[in-house]
Amino acid sequence: MDQARISVPSTATAGEVIELRALVRHPMETGFRGDSRGRLVPRDIVSRFECLYNDEVVFRADLFPAVAANPFLRFFTRATETGTLEFRWTHQDGETLSEFAEITVT
Amino acid sequence: MTFSKPDRRQMLTGMAALPALSVATVSLAPLPASATPQELREAVAAFTKGRPTEEGRVTLDIPPISENGNSVSLSVSVESPMTEDDHVRQIAIFAEANPLPDIVRFTLGPRAGRAEVATRIRLNDSQTLLAVAEMNDGTLWTGTAETVVTLAACGIIL
Repeated sequence: MDQARISVPSTATAGEVIELRALVRHPMETGFRGDSRGRLVPRDIVSRFECLYNDEVVFRADLFPAVAANPFLRFFTRATETGTLEFRWTHQDGETLSEFAEITVT
Repeated sequence: MTFSKPDRRQMLTGMAALPALSVATVSLAPLPASATPQELREAVAAFTKGRPTEEGRVTLDIPPISENGNSVSLSVSVESPMTEDDHVRQIAIFAEANPLPDIVRFTLGPRAGRAEVATRIRLNDSQTLLAVAEMNDGTLWTGTAETVVTLAACGIIL
């Protein structure tokens, strides 16, 4: 979990429903797979994603091992005010990664 | 000098040993590939907390044929005005033929504006997926979608 890509419109009108996209680079190791010697590869997944609009959580996803590698999410939120959107990924061990985007609402 | 032909008895003993060998190999497979119907019911019940569900309002979109089970596009949407008084609280997606029935869970609210989420998931086999949406009034709605998976995910590489 080191590289993230997000897509946020830079401007919106108040009340407009905007599309947001988020992708983080991570193998999402299921814990069900064996390696070349047949030993189980331990589970290693990003378990939570949150989108915060001016510090308020507007969307959250709890991910299980069935989410594909490099987890991708497309969701919506209502543009309410000018401010910052934070996209936050949390690893099963508690480590987090955040990406930020500014939006101007007119 | 003559070759001694294996007699009937030896042949039969030899053949009987073969299936025993292959059974031993199979039992090395670390985990079951698919959840049991019981595990699926329990996973859904953990989300619904035993409340009744009704079919409708939820649209689950997956391709009818998935060539690669390691990455299947999934989109779910729920008919809802997404207002303070009437909105979707949570959506959970379940698989009947994955090692774990839980796939992903989304938490939304009136701030979402539209109850629609898309992601990419792994599928271990051809199966029917179930989406359950919980509304703010506590009612639960379901939608299903079927897909045929050509190349399964969760494969054990040996």
